[in-house]
Amino acid sequence: MSHTDDHEGTRRDFLYYATAGAGVVATGAAVWPLINQMNPSADVKALSSIRVDISGMAEGSQLTVQWLGKPVFIRYRTQDEIDAANAEDPSTLPDPEARNENIEAGSPATDQNRTLDEDEKWLVMMGVCTHLGCVPLGDGAGDYGGWYCPCHGSHYDTAGRIRRGPAPENLPVPVAAFVDESTIQLG
Amino acid sequence: MAGIPHDHYEPKTGFEKWLHERLPIVSLAYDTLMIPTPKNLNWWWIWGIVLAFCLVLQIVTGIILVMHYTPNTEMAFASIEHIMRDVNGGFFLRYMHANGASLFFVAVYIHMFRGLFYGSYKAPREITWIIGMLIYLAMMATGFLGYVLPWGQMSFWGATVITGLFGAIPFIGEGIQTWLLGGPAVGNATLNRFFSLHYLLPFVIAALVAIHIWAFHTTGNNNPTGVEVRRGSKEEAKKDTLPFWPYFVIKDLFALAIVLLIFWAVVGFMPNYLGHPDNYIEANPLATPAHIVPEWYYLPFYAILRAFTADVWAVQLVSWITGGIIDAKFFGVLAMFGAIFVMALAPWLDTSSVRSGQYRPAFKWWFRLLVIDFIVLMWVGARDTNFPHDWISLIGATYWFAYFLVILPLLGVFEKPETPPETIEDDFKAHYPDAPSAAE
Repeated sequence: MSHTDDHEGTRRDFLYYATAGAGVVATGAAVWPLINQMNPSADVKALSSIRVDISGMAEGSQLTVQWLGKPVFIRYRTQDEIDAANAEDPSTLPDPEARNENIEAGSPATDQNRTLDEDEKWLVMMGVCTHLGCVPLGDGAGDYGGWYCPCHGSHYDTAGRIRRGPAPENLPVPVAAFVDESTIQLG
Repeated sequence: MAGIPHDHYEPKTGFEKWLHERLPIVSLAYDTLMIPTPKNLNWWWIWGIVLAFCLVLQIVTGIILVMHYTPNTEMAFASIEHIMRDVNGGFFLRYMHANGASLFFVAVYIHMFRGLFYGSYKAPREITWIIGMLIYLAMMATGFLGYVLPWGQMSFWGATVITGLFGAIPFIGEGIQTWLLGGPAVGNATLNRFFSLHYLLPFVIAALVAIHIWAFHTTGNNNPTGVEVRRGSKEEAKKDTLPFWPYFVIKDLFALAIVLLIFWAVVGFMPNYLGHPDNYIEANPLATPAHIVPEWYYLPFYAILRAFTADVWAVQLVSWITGGIIDAKFFGVLAMFGAIFVMALAPWLDTSSVRSGQYRPAFKWWFRLLVIDFIVLMWVGARDTNFPHDWISLIGATYWFAYFLVILPLLGVFEKPETPPETIEDDFKAHYPDAPSAAE
């Protein structure tokens, strides 16, 4: 066996490090596309916005439309529902934030901040329970007259705010706007 | 290889010698099959064979089902109906596959509780136990992925809820969930990758099973007394053991025949008993079934997931300490995976010097309570979350953790165990005084 006191880098040391370094880089470069391919593909990402005709809706009725693979609730609320939602102090709710993408993040969960119009008649929100993603039942379901998720028992009020149960957040309000009096655009 | 001393394979014919020098494959098969096995194994030790059978059954029926199935959201549900109505014998193959999953889990749960009672997880069998837990996790993943493929209502909403678990992880959860689903919601990309992975995982399980067997063939089987086989010499070992072939193979096959009698009665006469009618309705992203109930084999852990709501003080405490990073949702997810993780830690949490529960008077009762707890959690996991189910699941979940984290460590200190027999031979002779001894 040869033995050397020479601590300078030898040709062999260089080859070790060069090979190991190239191997690490090559492995990383090879693994990333294998992981990234599972992210949403271009056609899925092609963010579509849709327009919903609400001309036929009566007060106290609800429309469920599919957008980005998920249901969106559009509710034309009655005065009783609006009053019930306004009776609550948003700071005492389980989730005090409005969760409305159309306004500043972190705004308080007042009824005004949750709804689409000045009169607070129109409530547009994702129909996806913030617990584990089920579709809550509407039309006054649950103990707070709003929505009730049958999967794990989350109760939402008439403004779609979480009141009781395992869900951590209010039902989110997506980017939405009135295009004209009878049309709402999502996205 | 370490192990119990026994006669090894000797190549005799010219061809055997020729092959043995090049590839000792016959030797491997011989030593595996003739492994010295404690001769006092009772009927709780037959479930390993049932599990091996289940794995083969699932792979064979699965490969056949793939020949007729289409993993596309437009066609998946129809292709399942095609299998059920048009494919020759298709309905029977599918029912075998669906109920085979249930038999698989029946067997694995009995197998696991067998290990928990007789202390099979304790040194030197920790690796066997941990590989077993990995197999169990892989089985749960495979079962979940497979349940999504028929693209029924339960398939779709089960996938939504379970991938939602990953969404509960702070900061990166939503990114992971989108990555898993391949889109904002469960869709065609999800179905395709679940199909691919459902096909892959059984082969991973098969590899893990080989390692599982390798591990306990190295340490030797545990047995009802928990006393180790004597390894001083071949003669001594022979007094405690019998070769796996033919003695235990025949016993196991007899037990398998009885288990399969019941299995095929279920497949033939009540194939949908364990399923959910909702899964015969095609997936609809706009309507959640009234009750999303997982398959029965997930229910105990599903109950633990749901037990920890925001009004439990432990959840509030953890949420306060972490500044809200761990909320009720994430706490539930951690509890569910934690319930399996503490089981994997059993080898280090059990401090008793005696291996088998047979000689542990106090342990016996806590263990029986754990089995009852498991069944109660399974029952409550299928109920709604209203009173008293919320309390039952909370108490049940608490006991599950208490058993592993408090009771197992303390019992080793406070319990006064009975004295196990000196040798397996002594135990065997006490039960069968008239049996001929192996030495003669």
